[in-house]
Amino acid sequence: MFAYYLNLAIRSLKRNPVLTVLMVLAIAVGIGASMTTLTVMHLLSGDPLPGRSAHIYYPQVDSDPTSSKQPKNPLDVMDYHSGVDLWSAHRADRQALIANSDIKVRAPDSTLPPLMLHMLSTTSDFFPMFNVSFEYGDGWSAQDDEKHARVAVISSDLNDKLFHGENSVGRTLRLKDSDVRIVGVLGAWRPSPLFYDVRGGRFANGDTSSFYGRPEDVFTPFYTGLEINDGNFWQFTCWHLPDKPGHLQNAPCVWIALWVQLDSAAKVADYHNFLDHYAQQQKALGRFKYADTRLRTLMQWLDFNGVVPSDVKLQTWLAFAFLAICLFNTIGLLLAKFLRRSGEIGVRRALGASRRAVFAQCLVEAGLIGVLGGIGGWLLTILGLWLVREQPVAYADMAHLDGGMFALTFVLSILVSLLAGALPAMRASRVAPALQLKTL
Amino acid sequence: MQIQPILAALRKHRLATLLIALEIALACAVLCNACFMIASRLSMMHVDSGVDEGALATVQLTGYEPAKAADVDARAVAALRAVPGVQSVTLLNSIPFGMRRGTAGITTDAAGQHFGGVIEFYVGGAGSLRALGAQLIAGRAPQADDFHPFTGLLPGDAPIQITQALAEHLWPGANPLGKQIWLDKSHFRVVGVLKTLVRPDPPGWPTEQRAWAVFVPAQPGPFLTGSYLLRANPQDLPRVMRDALAAVTKAVPDVVIDREDSHTLIELRQKTFQNDRAMAGLLIGVIVALLGVTALGIVGLASFWVAQRRKQIGVRRALGATRGDILRYFQTENFLIVSFGIVLGMVLAYTINLLLMTHYELPRLPFFYLPIGALVLWGLGQLAVLGPALRAAAVPPVVATRTV
Repeated sequence: MFAYYLNLAIRSLKRNPVLTVLMVLAIAVGIGASMTTLTVMHLLSGDPLPGRSAHIYYPQVDSDPTSSKQPKNPLDVMDYHSGVDLWSAHRADRQALIANSDIKVRAPDSTLPPLMLHMLSTTSDFFPMFNVSFEYGDGWSAQDDEKHARVAVISSDLNDKLFHGENSVGRTLRLKDSDVRIVGVLGAWRPSPLFYDVRGGRFANGDTSSFYGRPEDVFTPFYTGLEINDGNFWQFTCWHLPDKPGHLQNAPCVWIALWVQLDSAAKVADYHNFLDHYAQQQKALGRFKYADTRLRTLMQWLDFNGVVPSDVKLQTWLAFAFLAICLFNTIGLLLAKFLRRSGEIGVRRALGASRRAVFAQCLVEAGLIGVLGGIGGWLLTILGLWLVREQPVAYADMAHLDGGMFALTFVLSILVSLLAGALPAMRASRVAPALQLKTL
Repeated sequence: MQIQPILAALRKHRLATLLIALEIALACAVLCNACFMIASRLSMMHVDSGVDEGALATVQLTGYEPAKAADVDARAVAALRAVPGVQSVTLLNSIPFGMRRGTAGITTDAAGQHFGGVIEFYVGGAGSLRALGAQLIAGRAPQADDFHPFTGLLPGDAPIQITQALAEHLWPGANPLGKQIWLDKSHFRVVGVLKTLVRPDPPGWPTEQRAWAVFVPAQPGPFLTGSYLLRANPQDLPRVMRDALAAVTKAVPDVVIDREDSHTLIELRQKTFQNDRAMAGLLIGVIVALLGVTALGIVGLASFWVAQRRKQIGVRRALGATRGDILRYFQTENFLIVSFGIVLGMVLAYTINLLLMTHYELPRLPFFYLPIGALVLWGLGQLAVLGPALRAAAVPPVVATRTV
């Protein structure tokens, strides 16, 4: 029966090619616009650490002793002492301190001019905790952290640039005025967003596309980085002007982030207590004014920072409004098309076709339009994503159609066309055969 | 033209009428809001910088110790001044549409109780305010003895020039000259008022805060170094910029030239707003596609109706209706449907605007967008229905006699 209906549908679509093209085009454009924005949304609002993110937490304490605003959120990052205290207590399953800075980088045996690159100074747990993949070598050890070892991990981009993509483990890199030994080269590691650097999203006015940049080019042990790039660390914010800008260890500023991994609910509760206890203790010592703490999961922290740029959300809404207009349009055209064939339908009904059969036949025709629209929509989505990749945004290089979104294109397209077809099909199935036969 | 029979006919086609009206309503709502967003993006892109953008460029150096600042600056400035066509080379920490190095929250009292907002401190060496070309509307420009050395992020005490927008925010209605602002222990006294001076990063700020900036005179030092403002004739600027980068590379080979941020101000402005330009382009694309789809929907349905009513049209013609009567019938019908859609669309437009206002901090949709949206859709409807209506008008009266 389905094959017969399909045959009828193809005949019907061929009979009126202009109208068919109009309907297919309307669906294709609507689907193309929606799927392009949905793919970008999917890319930007996804989980950067699938399977692990539920165990990753972001502790916060309120280091600012001057603020009078209540209630308030603790500052996005910590001062040096809070960060180091919490990290060195080792109360979580894994913990990584991070500090960002820019550093001058040279390869001693390269003729390239020196580069200014982003450096992440962190502790050894960073790599296993965030499931970082390596092309060559590996991260450093906890002993390297302790010994302030002169070692570094570099990105594959930097490895390509300085060492032509060869295995550079064991080679030397000059960071500012210090030589460090390369122990690892990152693989194709591109979390979206670059979650561990996310902060200050609520002050970004919705312009958060910078959260989707690439990982830093140079990673060093925390204390190593602080020593070799001393004087080049910049605060997230300060409550008094620092006496020695760039040297923040004892400054009234926040600039250090701490990430912890807590594998069970009991450990989360324990860590929360520990954090509260620490804040209370610091308040008693007079270093903190408020003992507020937060322990958000990775996804809660991303959510709190509103990481998806407001422009992208706006584009998604716009695309769906557009799809709705295309839907109304298709309903109107299908209605016209089906009712135009009232005579034909009347004959079929008179010859014994049930209402259900007429309804099914009309839906098959609508579904066929959906499939054709889906193909067009898929092509337009590819075009749309190409346009996104041409945009000067940090996430541009990641905008590709994956298998799931490809399937969704067709599912959405057929769903939309069936939805558009349902009402006209219902109308068509209610055509009174006698009335139509009379006018033949 | 009688409206009664048209309404009666539409009542027979309630579903189709409603569909077209809903399509028009949605189109109207999206159209009004999208136009409004385009307008606000465009107005942001045309923000008045208050400086002579066409004549300015910047060179940014990095990757050296603060202790070497004096030496690097001396060599770089000498090399830049030697580039033919350069009118002036001055030091300025932040650059309009470029580097941002002086963003901080201020208070209007020494105790730090009255928060004045987060503003941009343009800390500049001698001649930099003049080089910018910012227009002074009250008070005085910086004098030679206003420029002092400093060791922190900002000078601890300085006479400053403030923008009119910031002055009006801090001291509404009052004369800002002689007023003071504090940043922690640093203290600044207003001696001049600038017409306007844009922040380095205007897109990140609400409209009214985009010109919250002050100019602080200071002598170059560890925290005012490596950020040069070049002034040249606009037509020479591209060449001057090329030569300047080459000259600096030679003069200070051991530092890193930040090529990302070393550009003419025109280029920096382009870069600053490229996302907004892309978004405005996208919105225009959506509007065109939307109007196209809506028009096609109207054409499709009107054609269907014309075909369906051929006989009635023939009868009307046989009974004495002119071609014009038939034409006007379909035009009026379309006008009524579109009007119905527009009424719905205006309600929807404001609903969407309310949602946008709460989620995207967009201002309220100005009233005048609604009549414009209505006019566009009426026009579109009439244009779309013209073809089918002309076909209807061409139906000969003889059709009436054929099959009845």
